[in-house]
Amino acid sequence: MSLRLQARKLACERDDRWLFRDLDLDIHAGEIVRVEGPNGSGKTTLLKILSGQLADFEGELYWDDQPMRLTRQDFLANLLYLGHAPGVKAALTPLENLAWYQALAGEPDDEPARFAALSAMGLVGFEDLPAGQLSAGQQRRVALARLELIPRALWVLDEPFTAIDRDGVADLEARLLAHARRGGCVLVTTHHELADSPALRRIRLGQEGDDAGL
Amino acid sequence: MPDSDPQPARELDALRLFREPEGGAGVAIRATLKRDLVLLMRRRSEVLNPLVFFALVITLFPIGISPDPELLASIAPGLLWVAALLAALLSLDSLFRGDYDDGSLEQLLLSPHPLPALVLAKVAVHWLLTGLPLSLMAPVLGIMLSLPAGSYAVLALSLALGSASLSLIGAIGAALTVGLSRGGVLLSLLVLPLYIPVLIFGAGAVQAAILGDGVAAHLAILGALLAVALILAPWAIAASLRISING
Repeated sequence: MSLRLQARKLACERDDRWLFRDLDLDIHAGEIVRVEGPNGSGKTTLLKILSGQLADFEGELYWDDQPMRLTRQDFLANLLYLGHAPGVKAALTPLENLAWYQALAGEPDDEPARFAALSAMGLVGFEDLPAGQLSAGQQRRVALARLELIPRALWVLDEPFTAIDRDGVADLEARLLAHARRGGCVLVTTHHELADSPALRRIRLGQEGDDAGL
Repeated sequence: MPDSDPQPARELDALRLFREPEGGAGVAIRATLKRDLVLLMRRRSEVLNPLVFFALVITLFPIGISPDPELLASIAPGLLWVAALLAALLSLDSLFRGDYDDGSLEQLLLSPHPLPALVLAKVAVHWLLTGLPLSLMAPVLGIMLSLPAGSYAVLALSLALGSASLSLIGAIGAALTVGLSRGGVLLSLLVLPLYIPVLIFGAGAVQAAILGDGVAAHLAILGALLAVALILAPWAIAASLRISING
């Protein structure tokens, strides 16, 4: 068993335009892979393809050195995906939101762990307010608390820094690095400049000539 | 296996992070049930809307047609069933809409648990808070249409059975149209033809009860429809959601 997500000859076309073509990727344990590119260059689409949400693409995905279609269950059990929309229910409190995610991920019901995850995200005192009353940044923090709560090897994060304040950004960046150091793997799109580190690798999309350089 | 990571300690840690797909689907289903129940209980208006619609429509018929009890009694089964069916349809559009808008639907689809089971939980909540209240309310509205005594229990029972099928079939349409910003009309067009068998046997059961015929056959067919819907609809809903998200 190894943490390894590969893509071969990945290509995706949207509205008669190639977002990327012949994209080969090899993402493994201990790495932070940052997908870069201007708006509309297909970062979110690439993340959705790599997390197995879109079927409308060419090429092959491999997880753990086997084709994704054979190992999908296994892949999903190791994936934590955080999309554009935070996936936080406005009518539920942060604790209730996390309780659902915990159960959905197949983790045992653990209230202290949920409190701990929320306090790690700086949400002490907001646990029992409806999430709709929290600010955009706080709602994003509720979603990010899943990183703390649910142990998963592969993190796929789409613009996780949106609406987060400066301290929060530094904290999250440290969290990504710690995850990579622990042997996990992070795939992230962001416009925020990540500090250089040996674990960090960049993938650039939307360059002329469709060559996505690694 | 080509070792891509030079540090053995790191590999060890990675192994600790790894998860095998395991059980716990029951926990996920229960949590989804509970979450949706709590959500709907906090947005009462969404629960009350179909019930108010049902009551309003039924109140208007005696005023619009005629207060003659005999005439009303003869059309009451059909009226009650049609109004209940439309009320249930009215509430369907929001079944997956909220989850789609805030991103929880993506998360539901990425869960390692079987999606048909999870959506079945969502549909069950929809029935509990729409179909069941409608069927409990129908006998009260039946009085207003001077429905003959003796058919009230059959009315409630047929609606309870039938509305479960309606929720299941309607959820397929709701799943297919969740990605469209104005899917409401399309949803009705998609789903109404499939509702007709349920309507025929549901209204037929009440009619049979009024005439004093046996109702068992009608109810049995409603039950059979529900059984088929229970077996097939969850898969269809799951597949439809995948298609919608893909768009």
